Amino acid sequence: MADTRRIAVTVNGNTYERRVETRLTLGDFLRHELRLTGTHLGCEHGVCGACTVLVDGRSTRSCLMLAVQAHETAITTVEGLGDGDALTPLQEAFREKHALQCGFCTPGILMTLTEFLNDNPQPSAADVRDAITGNLCRCTGYQGIVEAALLAAERGRRS
Amino acid sequence: MKPGPFIYHDPRSLPEALTLLGELDNVKVLAGGQSLMPMMNMRYAMPDHLVDLNLVEGLAGVTQEEGRLRIGSMTRQRDLEVSADVAAFPLFREALRHVGHRQTRNRGTIGGSLCHLDPAAELPAVCLAAGADLHVAGTGGERTVAMMDFPLGFMTPAIRPDEIVTSINLVSWPQGHGFAFEEFARRQGDFAIVGVAVLLAADAAGAIVRAAIALCGVADRPRRCPTAEALLIGEEASPRALAAAAAEAGKIDAASDIHASGAYRAHLTTVLTERALARAVGRLGRTQ
Repeated sequence: MADTRRIAVTVNGNTYERRVETRLTLGDFLRHELRLTGTHLGCEHGVCGACTVLVDGRSTRSCLMLAVQAHETAITTVEGLGDGDALTPLQEAFREKHALQCGFCTPGILMTLTEFLNDNPQPSAADVRDAITGNLCRCTGYQGIVEAALLAAERGRRS
Repeated sequence: MKPGPFIYHDPRSLPEALTLLGELDNVKVLAGGQSLMPMMNMRYAMPDHLVDLNLVEGLAGVTQEEGRLRIGSMTRQRDLEVSADVAAFPLFREALRHVGHRQTRNRGTIGGSLCHLDPAAELPAVCLAAGADLHVAGTGGERTVAMMDFPLGFMTPAIRPDEIVTSINLVSWPQGHGFAFEEFARRQGDFAIVGVAVLLAADAAGAIVRAAIALCGVADRPRRCPTAEALLIGEEASPRALAAAAAEAGKIDAASDIHASGAYRAHLTTVLTERALARAVGRLGRTQ
């Protein structure tokens, strides 16, 4: 019989209680159990970064963490960034700078950069490139992503 | 993709974890999960039992007392990167920039990296250069293993299935020591094709009195280069002396695989060792 546990996880401010198989990854829990499909699963072995979410504020690959390990933690996914139709300054900058095309990698990159810009409000372009080494994008060539991060940082400093 | 079925255990204390390891068959220990979880997702690893150390009291954290550093085995790589205590051992911070990515360092642990013992991993080479001692706990009691004796072969640490590494202990090198970590990988954050960790200390006259050179990615396990180190002792840090030591390090029997030939790895070893030594020399005598 499958090994299951009852878990309580706070995602984007809402607490969900579910009984889950212990082998369920956090990424599959978010998508299949909570139907929060903004988090994308690409490689499912920790290479592409698409599934990045924040666990207690720290960027984490949700394919490399079990849902049971998220018990009593606070998760932020891409659905938790904006407020309704209002985008965050980072998302707004992504739109302006054409930092996405197909959009598959975008949620992971937004979560990665959200943590990064919190820690580094005045990054250089090289810092931004270093921050996103763990996120693969096959459309943009990264240039627009770097420009968007720098623009969001600049606006963050002015506001 | 998802892992095969297993029974999940999340002990809260070290004795509880050790008892589980002693009693269960086909059991894997889960630390940060940045290597084991991919292996389970792809079903290279299919344990019947998973013992998760993430909730075990007292395994994470760094303490420093009079230059003695104790790093709990479950300390996250990211926490090492920003730890004020680890800053007295700056080789760590420089090497950690090459360890995976921010997202994997947020989860990955030092103890997990040492016990997984990927031959290309950076932290085992750093611990080897630093002459670290590992504290190991088992159902039969505790023991200390020198990092020098820890790698037995390809991904094979000197640890029994019912044991857990609890801490990594090292003595800081003197203030003003030189250090450098050099690495070549195909992409930032990839495992090293060759990585070199260097520590140097010199006397007031500028002669090298202590040297440690450790390699990762070159052989089946991380390696020290004792003959290259010996060439440096008593020498002034001249370019000629550094080049001779680097050439000696490059004599290692380097492994061939799909990523690079042994001859290429040996060549890279010489080039990167010389660069690392030169940068370490440039840092000699500076306060950190």
